[in-house]
Amino acid sequence: MTDRSQAEADFSDVPVTERPVKLSCRNIWKVYGTDPGKFFETAQYGRNGAVPNPDAHVDKIRAQEHIVAAGDVSFDVHAGEIFIIMGLSGSGKSTMVRCLSRLVEPTAGEVLLDGENLLAASETDLIDIRRHRMGMVFQNFGLMPHLTVLENVAFPLKVQGVGKVEREKRAQEMIELVGLEGREMSFPRQLSGGQQQRVGIARSLCVGPELWFLDEPFSALDPLIRRQMQDEFVRLQTMLHKTIVFITHDFLEALKLGDRICIMKDGRVVQIGTPSELVLNPADDYVAEFTEDVPLVRVIRVRDVLDPATDGLPPDAATVSPDQCLEEILPAFAGSDTGLAVVNKDGKLIGKVTAAGVVKALAHGERDGRQAVAAG
Amino acid sequence: MRIAPTLRPWIAFGLFAALCYALRDQAGWIVKYPTPWVIPLEAWLNVAMDWFVAHFQTIFRGISWAMEWPMTGIQATLHWLPWPVTIAIFTAIAHRAGGWKLAAFTLGSLLYMLITGYWFESMNTLALVGVSVPLSVAIGFGLGILSFRSNWAWRIVDPMLDLMQTVPAFAYLIPILLLFGFGPVVGLIASAIYAAPPMVRNTMLGLQRVPSDIRESGLMSGCTPRQSFWWVEVPTALPQILVGVNQTTMAALSMVIIAAIIGGFGDIGWEVLSTMRKAQFGQSLLAGIVIAIMAMIMDRVTRGLTDRERNLAESHTDSSFQRHRHLIVGGGAAVAFLVLAHVVAPLKSYPESWIVHNAVADWLNHGIDWFVANYSAVTDGLKNSANFFVLLPLRIGLLKAVYPKFWGFAMTPEIAAAYWIGMVALAAWCFWRGRQVLGIIIAIAAPTLFWGLEGMPWPVFIGLVGLVAYLAGGLLTTVFVVASFGFMLVNGLWAETMRSVYLCGAAVLLCFLIGGALGVWAAGNDRVSAAMRPINDTLQTMPQFVILIPVLMFFAVGEFSALLAVIIYAIVPPIRYVEHGLRNVRPDVVEAAKQIGCTDRQILFDVKLPLALPVIMLGLNQTIMYGLAMLVIAALVGTKGLGQAVYLALGKANAGMGLVAGLSIALVAMSADRILQAWSRRKRKALGL
Ligand SMILES: Nc1ncnc2c1ncn2[C@@H]1O[C@H](COP(=O)(O)OP(=O)(O)OP(=O)(O)O)[C@@H](O)[C@H]1O
Ligand SMILES: [Mg+2]
Repeated sequence: MTDRSQAEADFSDVPVTERPVKLSCRNIWKVYGTDPGKFFETAQYGRNGAVPNPDAHVDKIRAQEHIVAAGDVSFDVHAGEIFIIMGLSGSGKSTMVRCLSRLVEPTAGEVLLDGENLLAASETDLIDIRRHRMGMVFQNFGLMPHLTVLENVAFPLKVQGVGKVEREKRAQEMIELVGLEGREMSFPRQLSGGQQQRVGIARSLCVGPELWFLDEPFSALDPLIRRQMQDEFVRLQTMLHKTIVFITHDFLEALKLGDRICIMKDGRVVQIGTPSELVLNPADDYVAEFTEDVPLVRVIRVRDVLDPATDGLPPDAATVSPDQCLEEILPAFAGSDTGLAVVNKDGKLIGKVTAAGVVKALAHGERDGRQAVAAG
Repeated sequence: MRIAPTLRPWIAFGLFAALCYALRDQAGWIVKYPTPWVIPLEAWLNVAMDWFVAHFQTIFRGISWAMEWPMTGIQATLHWLPWPVTIAIFTAIAHRAGGWKLAAFTLGSLLYMLITGYWFESMNTLALVGVSVPLSVAIGFGLGILSFRSNWAWRIVDPMLDLMQTVPAFAYLIPILLLFGFGPVVGLIASAIYAAPPMVRNTMLGLQRVPSDIRESGLMSGCTPRQSFWWVEVPTALPQILVGVNQTTMAALSMVIIAAIIGGFGDIGWEVLSTMRKAQFGQSLLAGIVIAIMAMIMDRVTRGLTDRERNLAESHTDSSFQRHRHLIVGGGAAVAFLVLAHVVAPLKSYPESWIVHNAVADWLNHGIDWFVANYSAVTDGLKNSANFFVLLPLRIGLLKAVYPKFWGFAMTPEIAAAYWIGMVALAAWCFWRGRQVLGIIIAIAAPTLFWGLEGMPWPVFIGLVGLVAYLAGGLLTTVFVVASFGFMLVNGLWAETMRSVYLCGAAVLLCFLIGGALGVWAAGNDRVSAAMRPINDTLQTMPQFVILIPVLMFFAVGEFSALLAVIIYAIVPPIRYVEHGLRNVRPDVVEAAKQIGCTDRQILFDVKLPLALPVIMLGLNQTIMYGLAMLVIAALVGTKGLGQAVYLALGKANAGMGLVAGLSIALVAMSADRILQAWSRRKRKALGL
């Protein structure tokens, strides 16, 4: 197990939606109440959750004093993708991520992990999957108060029966990965919130999972530490390329970290898309409100304003990558009035960006995206 | 005139009560429940018991036989070990648990047992405790897990726990005796029954409070259900579970001492009891001190050993000598003494001639005699005033209690009339000024004081508690309370019940007056609070038996002694709860009151006390529980009532009578509990706490 590499296959050249699907969530329902099962017993309204008219069904269930924590939620998470679930408090985010890991049993629907139905997995299979293929980070850290940092991180290996020497060696590596060396013998309560969450992250990575669930991992931290942890997270992900489901209710965080964002409201999915899709084409007022305060310069990326023609570009023009957002390249314009060269990962010149192009895109986005919503 | 809706039920009750009082002379059954109406539950229980014993005794004797093995084993080991070895071991344990202070205290205590000649008895008691604690802890832990896992089990266990904690042990000693046979095992079983509940409750509480993300993080680490339970949930719940271990240990010790009453084991409890019966107070004091220090040591040791911070720090110190120093030093000393004891005879068994027991006891006895001879005026004065001015009027009423010798006047019709006019005027004034609660209390107190609790017609009493229960907790509580008191009525225990209610009521009232004042004082003064804490701790860990000794010494057998014993035992909860309640009033509210310009007095009475009331009510609840528990023990020093009934039943080996009377006490306790809990809950909600 330790010889398996921590890093997953690197798909970073391929756009996320064209990569293979890792985790697929089909028509998931989670209903709380006295007898939730009774709503999914007929042929049409069956256990697979694919009901003809989900909205009406949600209303019907709510009318009968049951809580629909998740209603007909479907999405695919692709390999190496950071998939963000967002929504207000109580919108069903935690419920969804717990359905994916089967910490709560969905009332109806399917979860496919690499094409296999997770909900059909037996108790022992499930334990095996959790041991080797999934890691999870919790909002309130979920550290064992009676174990030291080292023991906490090594805990998933201990559970598997890995010997003490080996598991502590491995845990030590993880502790170094998150930058906590020197605190191995501390107990959780002796650490700050940010340090505790690093322990949580190290623990969840200890077994080298393919799938990484993070339920509001940074919400309990103050803004400064949160920023630090986000940078840390980005750093880890560029090394590890995990498939990630990340929950947050901070849109800026989602923007910074996510490939795609799923917005939920009252247990239902409102919209799924890339950050710029959400900002520029919000599905409704709820989504628009989420994205309202977001500066477009942080959303629009170089690839969105790319001009493939490379004529007129001086040979000494500053270079930028297509994945950078406009905010990051603005300073580069100060020293050039011709434009910036866009160079991809392999160092190949693929186009240019001009100041005029940027201004146009921003003005355009402002008018078409946001004002369209306001008018409609 | 418009009548406020809250007053209506009280007025209805008042009319009903007046009718009952008026009919006292015509219908005697209203005051004294007629004997022919009594149901022979006691006899039925005895028949059932006989049948059960006849059919199942062999099984229980088998259990008894099996349990005697570990106990005699421990006992034999403790007697075989040379005393310095035992002392070395216990001192090392104490050092590990509580540092050198506790070690020194333990060393001194063990030497005390040796010098006063109670080594043998102390070791016997330790042997009992050594089996009873693990037994209670294991049973409690098991039941706790079961109740946590299954709702269904909890529904059965919960009321059982209430019964186990409120039915006095004397009541089930007889059935246990009948089933398990005479011997120390009786004490073990009794202590398992009595001491397991705190363990059950704390285990369950601890497991319930494991945060869900810790449980989930265990699952996501890939724990099997078993791993999740033993590696995640139990360790996380451990601090709470260990609180249970401490409480269970103290309860087990207390019960082991109480069970000495059946005798025949030569333990320290028996020593206290037998000398107390012979009025050899010097001796009982010496033996009582052994129990007291045992309790203190066990309390500190179980608390220290279970102190997580210390243990964690301990287990991560670097050098392995540091980590195991207690084991190494203690073990080394023990082995050294073991070898030495074979060479030096006095180390093997402590020589008789070194025991100073009799001289000290005689000296103590003389001291006590001297004190009693010289200060009897004070003690008698205290006793008589309490008896004639408080206890008697409460019990038989001013009508009979007021006689010229003590009061200076007789209860002539004129004085009676003046009493009534005064009371009516007072009540009327209260209502007129809008102080309805006070008015109602006076209206109830007036006839009660005049005719006494014994003269109160039983329909009035049952109606009163029923009404209070209804106002506090609604219909269900009322049904429970009325049925409970009905149980005592139809079993012919009404007079005894009233006697207990009266004594316990008086004690609780006094406890609350004195303890409440102390609590208020402690809440406002950190020095007082710090000074009071060790006293409270000590009183709380003290086995009930020990408290009887000083009381008996100075005040002899009688109702006043019983009252005093109950007060001493039950005074801790009001002090603690009042202080806790006052200290935890939200500081912003107090600040607001200060800012408005309240005086300290106003802040206390108008702000803090009302807000602390729900907490204080829980303290009242605890006080009543403690009071009733002590009442049974106080039967040893002469009270009448349910406690005495249980005690008499024990003497006559009448299982049915013991059970019925014991159950009655439990029902009184549970009724008070239901009412006060409901009331406190309601108040809390109203205050938004
Ligand atoms: N065990 C449960 N029983 C009943 N209702 C539940 C349970 N767990 C969750 N719910 C309900 O399901 C809904 C979704 O809860 P969930 O915890 O998924 O919200 P969330 O989006 O994670 O919110 P937050 O941002 O506050 O964490 C809420 O209305 C909640 O009350
Ligand atoms: Mg949540």
